[in-house]
Amino acid sequence: MSEIKEEIMIRAKGLRKTYGDFVAVDGIDFEVKKGESFGLLGPNGAGKSTTMRMISSTSLRSGGELEILGKDPNLFGPEIRAHLGVVPQQDNLDRELKVWENLMTYGRFFGLKGKWLKAKVDELLEFAQLEEKRNTKTDELSGGMKRRLTIARGLVNEPEIFMLDEPTTGLDPQARHILWDRLFRLKEVGVTLVITTHYMDEAEQLCDRLVVMDKGKIMAEGSPADLIKRYSSKEVLEVRFGSENNKSAAEQLKGVGDRLEVLPDRILVYSANGEKALEYITKLGLHPITSLVRRSSLEDVFLRLTGRTLVD
Amino acid sequence: MSAVQNNWTGAKTLVDPRVPIRWGAFYVAEFRIRNMLKWLSAIIAFGLGNPVLYLLSIGVGIGSMVKQQIDGVPYLTFLAPALLATAAIQGAMDEVTFPTIEGFVWTRVFYSMNNTAISSKQIVDGVMISAITRCFLQVLLYELILALFGAVPLGSIAVLTIASLLAGWGFAALMLSVTVFIKDDDGFFAIVGRFILTPMFMFSGTYFPLTALPIWLQWIGWISPVWHATDLGRALSYGHKIEPWLLVVHVVYLAVLGVIGMLTAYPQFKKRLAE
Amino acid sequence: MSLINASIDTAISIAERRRGKLGSALSAGRPQAVFMRNVYALKSSNWLVVLSGFVEPVFYLLAFGYGMGKLIGNIPLPDGTLIPYAAYIAPALLATSAMNGAIYDSTWNVFFKMHFGKIYQAMLSTSLGPLDVAMGEIGWALVRGFVYALGFMAVVAPMGLIHSWWGLLAIPAAVLIAFGFASVGMGITSYLKNFHQMDWVNFFMLPMFLFSGTFYSLRVYPDWLRTVIEALPLYQAIAMIRGFTLGVIDGALFGHIVYFIMMIVLGLTFTTRRLRSLFLK
Repeated sequence: MSEIKEEIMIRAKGLRKTYGDFVAVDGIDFEVKKGESFGLLGPNGAGKSTTMRMISSTSLRSGGELEILGKDPNLFGPEIRAHLGVVPQQDNLDRELKVWENLMTYGRFFGLKGKWLKAKVDELLEFAQLEEKRNTKTDELSGGMKRRLTIARGLVNEPEIFMLDEPTTGLDPQARHILWDRLFRLKEVGVTLVITTHYMDEAEQLCDRLVVMDKGKIMAEGSPADLIKRYSSKEVLEVRFGSENNKSAAEQLKGVGDRLEVLPDRILVYSANGEKALEYITKLGLHPITSLVRRSSLEDVFLRLTGRTLVD
Repeated sequence: MSAVQNNWTGAKTLVDPRVPIRWGAFYVAEFRIRNMLKWLSAIIAFGLGNPVLYLLSIGVGIGSMVKQQIDGVPYLTFLAPALLATAAIQGAMDEVTFPTIEGFVWTRVFYSMNNTAISSKQIVDGVMISAITRCFLQVLLYELILALFGAVPLGSIAVLTIASLLAGWGFAALMLSVTVFIKDDDGFFAIVGRFILTPMFMFSGTYFPLTALPIWLQWIGWISPVWHATDLGRALSYGHKIEPWLLVVHVVYLAVLGVIGMLTAYPQFKKRLAE
Repeated sequence: MSLINASIDTAISIAERRRGKLGSALSAGRPQAVFMRNVYALKSSNWLVVLSGFVEPVFYLLAFGYGMGKLIGNIPLPDGTLIPYAAYIAPALLATSAMNGAIYDSTWNVFFKMHFGKIYQAMLSTSLGPLDVAMGEIGWALVRGFVYALGFMAVVAPMGLIHSWWGLLAIPAAVLIAFGFASVGMGITSYLKNFHQMDWVNFFMLPMFLFSGTFYSLRVYPDWLRTVIEALPLYQAIAMIRGFTLGVIDGALFGHIVYFIMMIVLGLTFTTRRLRSLFLK
């Protein structure tokens, strides 16, 4: 029994956070196991960041239960934080310090020894591919480099749980792929990852399991594939009739596929076989301006669960 | 495979939470002092330059127009404890106000400290430790110059140092508990500097005895930490005569400012870091 | 669509009309656009800060003029008349606040806009040139200096500290002083890299303030030191305003005015060059 208990890194039950009348997180339950990569998915304002800050023991919960590494963060904040790594949504690097100094000073906050840190800084610079920028002022780094440095900084204490809030927002595709690769490597050494994102592809790439959040509540939970299977069809047909004709076309499409979603610019037809659905539409005498058959994604899951798209 | 992966031992064995829980305040102070060291040459240049400038211009220059003795001593001797108290308060204050705004707004470094095992209270303590250190350095430099000008009796330097540190701490703690509320700079320093600090430094019996002010303005001195520190300094330096109870009032007033300031700062830092 | 095209046409044709005119590489002849930006910014800025620039010299006047005045007594003028100490330092404080205002505007403010706000980059990516920026900013500093000088005079005149109708000229004199300092200050700011270097500006300003005959006559100095200080702009500024408020009108006053005109011409040349090399690489 005790062995199983140790495996659970984070346990939340009825977790709530309110700011005055505003309910940011509204009674959520979840557990994260050791070595797992756990995602919080949802649009801006869903309560992801608030949840993250409660887990990282820097924001006190308003209600419910929360246990990190077997401890209550309201009582043992510093003990818990000693074993966490945190990458905040907004880089908060020290702009006046050089790259290596940022890592060094951060390590000192954990009480790590200077000599040991010197070697660690070298490792982390290599890991973040910032060796050449070692003596550069943080201010002069590109967005992607800053993000990598913030991530390296969060690793200085070799955390058991590594928390990343929107790790790739604002980065170009290449920089995102580099980051994803680094995070995979951490998983390989057994680090538990907790990631928030509003990018579907990121969630699909990185997360073993995720919860979909909206308005402070958890709408669904499962692996990406599992969620897609549960809440969407295998394929999706996207058709456009021009912004003025979509509505009337949708009337005629009723009954095609499992389900329809009418968006302002296009109609989504959920069906196990997209090509077949398209053939059927053509037979009805409808001729979309463009059509596209694709696999279902978490975007569709979200649309189904909330009636809204993720990135408004 | 990268070295990070190969050498990974994990925080469980690597980081003993008891170490930062015990020493965190000093890690914060270390960080601040390292930052300060980068400007050490400037701090020393200003630390020495300031007293020289003020002693020459006001002490000697304006002093040459003050024909009679003040409080039974030459004008320069009368002025010296006031300048010292001002410098101590200014030095300590600079090391709490700017770092606090920096920590919460400019670099947000307090938030990243708080993401490690460092607690909000340790951040407050650490900032204060570094401020007192800076204040101490400033006071020593000032006393050196004052001694060279013969403006203070050498025997009084030790007690003056202690009194100056008390004043610096008291006022810095007060400023700390105010600065924590600032959302962004928005002219705060200009306003506090010009409406509160400037008159405080001028009307606290610093350049002329408080009694030279009309009675309805003397309250500025009574509530001003600069006056309490200056009056205390004058008693310790050249033996300015004051009632024993007033001596106690000076010390208690400065200490109470410090205690109230710290006790206000602790919960406010905690609140702001958790927002 | 047509609307956009029309406005592009106008912008180009305005630019074409200016081409070939004197200084067209440096200026679009529209510094008022830069000035107006500051007017808008002022509306949303903190009024206490704006007010505070006026309050500071008044505090100095009260503390030193009246507080120290009690210890010092009256000051004899060259012709032997005795004046209160407050009347002696009031003009010096006006000159100093004109200097401080101009230096603040042209260093701190400009530095911030240059490095953090990136405001000049945006301005220079329009048809504005570096001279427009310089003149717009300096013009702003002057208006501010004028308003502050007016406010200070409104306080000191009723106190009986202005001894002559010539004192009215102290107001334009303060603007002239602000112009001089602002045109040099902006050029110096263009060399600064971080906020700490800004401290060095204060490092020169403070001694100048303390030793330029603000609070006492230069007669206490040895001759060589007197000559050095007399060459400094703040001494020139104080002597000029003191001449007006105390009604001591002589040839030296003319010299002070020429000094500032020279300072403005040289400062503007220097600043415009710096801005050009900085922004139009």
